[in-house]
Amino acid sequence: MTEYNFAYLDEQTKRMIRRAILKGLAIPGYQVPFASREMPMPYGWGTGGVQVSAAVLTPQDRFKVIDQGADDTTNAVSIRAFFQRTAGVATTTSTGDATVIQTRHRIPEDTLSEGQILVYQVPIPEPLRFLEPRESETRKMHSLQEYGLMHVKLYEDISRHGHIATSYAYPVKVEGRYVMDPSPIPKFDNPKLGDMAAIQLFGAGREQRIYALPPYTQVVSLDFEDHPFEASKADHPCGMCAATDSYLDELIVDDAGGRMFVCSDTDYCEARQAAGHKGKDAA
Amino acid sequence: MINLNNVSKTFTLHNQGSAVIEVINDVSFAVEPGECVALTGASGAGKSTLMRMIYGNYLTQAGEIRIGDLDIVQAKPRDIIKLRRDVLGYVSQFLRVVPRVPTLDVVAEPLRALGVAADDAQGRAKALLTQLNIPQRLWSLSPTTFSGGEQQRVNIARGFAHSYPAMLLDEPTASLDAANREVVLNLIEEAKARGAAIIGIFHDEAARDRVCDREIDVGRFTPGMAA
Amino acid sequence: MTPLLSVQGITKRYGMHFGCADVSFDLYPGEVMGIVGESGSGKSTLLNCMAGHLPPDAGRVVFDTRTDGPRDTITMSEPERRMLGRTDWAFVHQHARDGLRMGVSAGGNVGERLMAVGERHYGNIRDKATDWLGRVEIDASRVDDRPTTFSGGMQQRLQIARNLVTGPRLVFMDEPTGGLDVSVQARLLDLLRGLVRDMGLSAIIVTHDLAVVRLLADRLMVMKSGRVVEAGLTDQVLDDPQHAYSQLLVSSVLQV
Repeated sequence: MTEYNFAYLDEQTKRMIRRAILKGLAIPGYQVPFASREMPMPYGWGTGGVQVSAAVLTPQDRFKVIDQGADDTTNAVSIRAFFQRTAGVATTTSTGDATVIQTRHRIPEDTLSEGQILVYQVPIPEPLRFLEPRESETRKMHSLQEYGLMHVKLYEDISRHGHIATSYAYPVKVEGRYVMDPSPIPKFDNPKLGDMAAIQLFGAGREQRIYALPPYTQVVSLDFEDHPFEASKADHPCGMCAATDSYLDELIVDDAGGRMFVCSDTDYCEARQAAGHKGKDAA
Repeated sequence: MINLNNVSKTFTLHNQGSAVIEVINDVSFAVEPGECVALTGASGAGKSTLMRMIYGNYLTQAGEIRIGDLDIVQAKPRDIIKLRRDVLGYVSQFLRVVPRVPTLDVVAEPLRALGVAADDAQGRAKALLTQLNIPQRLWSLSPTTFSGGEQQRVNIARGFAHSYPAMLLDEPTASLDAANREVVLNLIEEAKARGAAIIGIFHDEAARDRVCDREIDVGRFTPGMAA
Repeated sequence: MTPLLSVQGITKRYGMHFGCADVSFDLYPGEVMGIVGESGSGKSTLLNCMAGHLPPDAGRVVFDTRTDGPRDTITMSEPERRMLGRTDWAFVHQHARDGLRMGVSAGGNVGERLMAVGERHYGNIRDKATDWLGRVEIDASRVDDRPTTFSGGMQQRLQIARNLVTGPRLVFMDEPTGGLDVSVQARLLDLLRGLVRDMGLSAIIVTHDLAVVRLLADRLMVMKSGRVVEAGLTDQVLDDPQHAYSQLLVSSVLQV
């Protein structure tokens, strides 16, 4: 066999995954079990996201992959090449041009629009897992809306650190019903989850779960009345494009401890530079 | 107030060859409000046993024991609990000590169980302890280390904290010196004056003659005991 | 007056053997019922059936709920029963580890039930937790410590605080002083006595220790081989036992 089926997965598998996706969209934030397939990359390398992307891609789509915001890291490059080979779809690094975006650990800075799909790679889909290791218990807690334990976690943070120390994978409540783990995106990105115009799909390959947020869904980050949620903000602009509203990566530039803060979203940063914005570290 | 009709009791000791011991047979008498009746009789005649039966501590095999409207023999446990809280007081011969509870709280407890505020309950407890010559420095200590006489006085204070309409007193003046004996007899007279019906066991004849209006010889009802 | 809990004909079989057979009693608000028996008497089976941990083969456990009046908890839906378990009911396990989250701080353990019923103010939760630690005689400075750093007696007291913080009306206790040193037991029993009285709690306490029931229980049931052989006022059953087995039990206790 030298030919792959479109996007690698067979049609029956895609139907199974699409059914799971539809169920997830119908029940925002609810983790739908699915029969995760063996993929040509190991668990922990985005198999969930790849299966979801494979199920939703059509030949007309334009596909973008980012890893920690960047299009050019090894994983992003590999996954993009995978779909080029098995689906033959057009690929792009531009957020605005893409119709399907697969992401690991970031939401793009550019506001997404209706008709776009954002696919997240998820390691551990269960937000309660670290406090309650039993799957049988966490399933009951979700079905009975018993989320006291989630707040215990936040309570522990405050008692130990004086503030809620969770800085990524910050738990959210969806449509006032399910508590969801938004995948390890920085809490900076949490406000983007709610009321987004695009469809958001979450795939966990090893844990075999899919969940989803249809467009314009209410998503609230958990907090306490006297310790409200705050999306952290860097206190300097991007060194390359001078953006003040994007999530920054810290780069070590030399052996003397020199550092530079640069937008993690490479497409966003390049577009701004091309438009003439220059940060203090720009060449 | 207290009425006994044809009351009988038998102990059956299953683990000692099923020995059956008849202790009391066909007792009947009544005690009116304001009366104090003494139970007399030789040791082993069943005085304490009868008192415990009236309190519901021992089961009664036959007959009727009425305190007010309630027949103890037929009553449900929760009714007896309520009776013991509101109506029927019992001063036993020995103080059953709960370790670590301060004397003041031991005495105040019957009032707290009735819903009396902590301050008021403690106030009454302090007054009684003072009357019974228990020094203030002992009030915060548990009675576990007290002498027999001191324990007995704490027991009495606890028994008189609430104004029960009916009271059972088992040897209230035992182990007491003349001064404290006097205090206890005064307490009994006050109780009588407010209309309490009292049954008492007194080995001390003088005390018995002072506060009791009548005597009932329990030996008459004890099978096998000479009258 | 409606009983707070009405247990009717609870039966649990293990094959041919009876775990407990046809047990019935009524419990009223503010009453403490002790259930004593030796190993294998069926007392723990009975407790677990009543508390909803074990499904009985027959019988009803009717609880007078706040909103709907008397309801049979055996036939209640699981969400309702779990809600009951977080609000009006409490269960104190013999081993504190079974009733605590060992990886969560003392404050978090006590606050969990509050957070589970919707409390969302960190400061208030912490204050209530600290207050309750004080009531069970745990120093307030331990509020952020994990129970793994506590002694056995402290863990048990923490378990009690965790259970009582939402003001339940009925507490089930399974050998609450089991495994603790004698002096620690005494302190715990005093605490329980005080809390039961101050909070007007009803309680069902299973134990093999007669001293515990003497101190805490108003009423007593003696169980042997799955059946209740005698029941009545605690002091009456202990001072004037009627049944052969009760007499044996009472006479076997060593006088110190």
